Amino acid sequence: MRLALERRAERSIAIALLSPVIAIALTLVTGAILFALLGKPPLEALRIYFFDPLTDPWALQEIAVKATPLVLIAIGLSMCYLANAWNIGAEGQFLIGAITGGWLAVVTHGTGAGYWVLPAMMLLGALGGALYALIPAFFKVRFGASEILSSLMLVYVAELLLDYLVRGPWRDPKGFNFPTTAEFDDVATMPVLIEGSRLHLGAIIALLVVAAAAIVLGRTLKGFEIRLVGAAPRAARFAGFDDKALTLFTFAVSGALAGLAGIIEVSATVHHLQPGISPGYGFTAIIVAFLGRLNPVGILIAAMFLALTFIGGESAQISLKVPLDLTKVFQGMLLFYVLACDTLILYRIRVMQTQKAVHGAR
Amino acid sequence: MELVEAILLTVITASTPLLLAASGELVVERAGVLNLGIEGMMIIGAACGFAAAFTTGSVFIGALCGIAAGAALAGVFAALTLGLAANQVASGLALTILGVGLSGLIGTSYIGQKIVGAAHLHIPYLSDLPFVGKMVFGQDAFVYVSVALIAAIWYFLYRTRPGLVLRSVGDNHASAHALGYPVLKIRTLAVLFGGACAGLGGAYLPLAYTPFWVSGMTAGRGWIALALVVFASWMPWRLLIGAYLFGGITILQLHAQATGLGIPSQLMSSLPYLATVIVLVVISWMRGKAGSPAPASLGLAFVPDR
Amino acid sequence: MDDAVAVAPGPGRPVQPEGQVPLLEAVGIVKRYGDFTANDNINLQIWPTEVHALLGENGAGKSTLVKMIYGLLQPTAGEFKWQGEPIVLTGPASARARGIGMVFQHFSLFEQLTVAENVALGLDTAPLAGIDERVAEVSRAYGLPLDPKREVWRLSVGERQRIEIVRCLLQNPKLLILDEPTSVLTPQEVEQLFRTLRVLRTEGRAILYISHKLDEVRALCDTATILRGGKVVGTCDPRAESSQSIARMMVGTDIGEVRSDGSKKLGAPRLVVRDLSLMPDDPHGIRLEGISFEVPAGEVLGLAGVAGNGQDELFAALSGEVRSDRADMITIDGRAAGRLTITDRRRIGVAFVPEERLGHATAPRFKLSDNTLISGHVAGSMVRGGFIDRGQMVAFVDHITKSYDVRKGKPDPEAASLSGGNLQKYVVGREILREPKLLIISQPTWGVDAGAAAAIRQAIIDLASRGAAVLVMSQDLDELYEICDRLVVICAGRLSAPRVTRHADRGEIGMLMAGVGIKGKEDAHAARA
Repeated sequence: MRLALERRAERSIAIALLSPVIAIALTLVTGAILFALLGKPPLEALRIYFFDPLTDPWALQEIAVKATPLVLIAIGLSMCYLANAWNIGAEGQFLIGAITGGWLAVVTHGTGAGYWVLPAMMLLGALGGALYALIPAFFKVRFGASEILSSLMLVYVAELLLDYLVRGPWRDPKGFNFPTTAEFDDVATMPVLIEGSRLHLGAIIALLVVAAAAIVLGRTLKGFEIRLVGAAPRAARFAGFDDKALTLFTFAVSGALAGLAGIIEVSATVHHLQPGISPGYGFTAIIVAFLGRLNPVGILIAAMFLALTFIGGESAQISLKVPLDLTKVFQGMLLFYVLACDTLILYRIRVMQTQKAVHGAR
Repeated sequence: MELVEAILLTVITASTPLLLAASGELVVERAGVLNLGIEGMMIIGAACGFAAAFTTGSVFIGALCGIAAGAALAGVFAALTLGLAANQVASGLALTILGVGLSGLIGTSYIGQKIVGAAHLHIPYLSDLPFVGKMVFGQDAFVYVSVALIAAIWYFLYRTRPGLVLRSVGDNHASAHALGYPVLKIRTLAVLFGGACAGLGGAYLPLAYTPFWVSGMTAGRGWIALALVVFASWMPWRLLIGAYLFGGITILQLHAQATGLGIPSQLMSSLPYLATVIVLVVISWMRGKAGSPAPASLGLAFVPDR
Repeated sequence: MDDAVAVAPGPGRPVQPEGQVPLLEAVGIVKRYGDFTANDNINLQIWPTEVHALLGENGAGKSTLVKMIYGLLQPTAGEFKWQGEPIVLTGPASARARGIGMVFQHFSLFEQLTVAENVALGLDTAPLAGIDERVAEVSRAYGLPLDPKREVWRLSVGERQRIEIVRCLLQNPKLLILDEPTSVLTPQEVEQLFRTLRVLRTEGRAILYISHKLDEVRALCDTATILRGGKVVGTCDPRAESSQSIARMMVGTDIGEVRSDGSKKLGAPRLVVRDLSLMPDDPHGIRLEGISFEVPAGEVLGLAGVAGNGQDELFAALSGEVRSDRADMITIDGRAAGRLTITDRRRIGVAFVPEERLGHATAPRFKLSDNTLISGHVAGSMVRGGFIDRGQMVAFVDHITKSYDVRKGKPDPEAASLSGGNLQKYVVGREILREPKLLIISQPTWGVDAGAAAAIRQAIIDLASRGAAVLVMSQDLDELYEICDRLVVICAGRLSAPRVTRHADRGEIGMLMAGVGIKGKEDAHAARA
């Protein structure tokens, strides 16, 4: 007896909705086993990790704060992946957005510039991210170079560029030699939504982007084009859509959104440029995109769940003395389980009899 | 002269982990599977290798554990992409994220610890020969293994029937299936082998290159190894050239930083990554004219009909 | 029902010694798929050292018969005898074990492996060492020049075919089957192949040669068995027959109902193709050479031809999926359109129905409503200012469903879940309901049940009678005779002069399909004059 895959006549909508839920459940079960192996009480650890933050107002706010960049990046990535273009360098585009947007904050620092600074920073951040993403996209459509590898390599380059800037030309002279720019002025800082909290305007922007993406993907010809090029390339050519132009387009959009996420993050929560401004948002967003089934609303929910793993990981680090890397383990497992469950949307698993069937029809 | 010798020696050691990981991936891709999770398998190999070597005091056992850890993670990838026909790109990313996380978990209690690194060969007289002595007869065992591995892979792929069948599976899985070859079984074995090689390549870092554990110490080498396979056009001996070329760039930029030429160190550090992108573009561009040497079924899921 | 003359095995048969048995004999072979009979009581004898041709149109049942001989299919009734003994062939391996080898029309080669490696993979157990020498030896002995060390992707189609032949010969077959071997070869390569085949015959091997090219069959073969509609309609010595008489047997003389009475009032030309020449991107593709024709308003022009003679390439050139070198090679309603995109061509009133329903005409995993956008996004009310109107799309699906009687399980299923006939009605409906001025349609009723086929053909005729021009590409000659006003024939990327369907002799059309009578440019130029 063995297991084999069998194609379904039509995709299973029930499984499509259930798959992320099953994946999360499996992750929790595996997590419990992992905690037990680490010598921690499994149920209590899961509670601290995944449920306590939900009962704490501060933690809830933090979830929204951390979900904001994840949503923005994942929305862009989902468009790429739908169109079968593999941008995995969003982390780099995020950093470049922070740099190009942050540049304006650095040069206007202390000049008493007006309120135009923040919107202009957003624009520059999005532009920087888009241009940076267009590099691998151009190499892909012009030379056929793998966009997977080149977009990823540019992450390291962006990290080093940021490192160079904050240690070199942009370093705060009054910063005791720390690798950081000066604190952004108020006009370069994202306003908070509630006085005294960290919840900022970026969360609203992220919600608007979700709504816009839902409309684009579900209600516009561009959204149809994105889905068709990814799902049936020959039919897309028959429909008159240009797959190369679309690769450039989706990379530009996802780069712009990652760049926007980058500049929002520094202007809203960090308030200056320094190395390590991202705890890997660009990579976590890939998981968000898949967990959210490449659907804008799904991504919104998935981003909050992944943000929860960040917050839970931090509190577990303090109260359970488990390493912060546990968060990555959870995230990696989650992506595995989502991908595994996704198979069930298109296939069903059949138990095959090993004994040779009698198909000797003569 | 001594400086040149020292540089060449370090080039070889810097290239070895790339070579080990890339040669495994070459076999995987030749079988038609794209495993983007090398970085994850390398770092888990590094963490497990260091932990085992620290506990037992044996670099050899450390290396074995690194191999086992890499292969185990590859097994998860095989189950997902071959058993469940999941998307290979996304699964490879998941593997990297998981591997990096697990390595941090395993390595956390070893931060700051040191071991005695892998011993270097010493043959009287030969190893003392000027210039070539140390380079040819004075390396650690991993270096010899990595070169032997390339030779073995070349022999396997081009001189044995199983190697031929493996290449046929990567080239056209439908035809290979029709001729009666077990596509999924062959691919599973290839993926496990690739994981073992990546695990060994990762283990080299804390066992020989820098004999202590640093979180995230593979630093993108897994991704460079992937690019090397493209650079080598899926041919084993070219991999050797590519790996030493990239090792050379890594070492040269280190030396250039040390001399303080006034070039920002970050620019020098980014050279291996930029070089990778440039190499990818040039190779793809040249290939565009001459037809692709990539295995034709690379990255495509295969579900046998029945 | 067949008035074709079955020529008895007569003089000219080279070897049929007294008291000997045929190498292979088919006795009353029947193959049915449901109600459809692909092979109907086939009797056939192949003698040692004989080159035996199997002739017939597409769909005549040649491939089915050959696949049974090679063990890929099992007959529903009847039996095969090998050297007089009844045999059951359970698969290619058992056929190979008897000494039957086959060279396929579409090669099953590994592109990146070398010639020798490809040969080795096909042999069940062969040591790798020495395979180079064996390949070199065989290729020398039979005049099949091949470098064992070269990778397949570097090779021409002819060289690829030689690999398959060498692979067969290394198994030392007594009977070698070749399926349309010359359809992909240059004239020089054909010469080379024929020399090889003659050498094989002198060694005592028999060859079963499947073809539709009459001149080749007459040059090479000792015996020809002609199939039509799954039945043997004649056996003859092709050297003793004329091309005309063989063509008549292939195509038959029973003419179906011709709808066109030839008295239609035709308008100005809507589609004018002039000297269209195009190199294929794909090395397996067919080169179009100097194609010229026109389709006036109100006419249905039929394009006949055996599959793989340039129909796909011509469709891509007309649709704009492949752009022509010069704009004036294709003129649509007086406008030079050769460089226009498919979207722009739709915009000026052209509609296209490609041969492949799933994956080309539709996205398999998209709903029918989404699939309306594939051509519907260009004009009409489904897209306004970049936004799509789902209500309109669903309404259009309903409209198609009603007008073309599309049967489906639920209101808006995925395209892949429809049966072939219903999906074809959906696609044809989707394009014709847009009221195009010019319709290019390929294989309109391929794999469609009789009722649906009749509806689709009627829709095409009605569209033309409303003043549209229609080009129908089909391998079904009966269909073309039924609905077309004029016929052209494509062979090896060249087009014949047009014939008025009412006066077109089926034997002559059959010869054109086999490449007899298409001289290329001169003929096509004459067509315009």
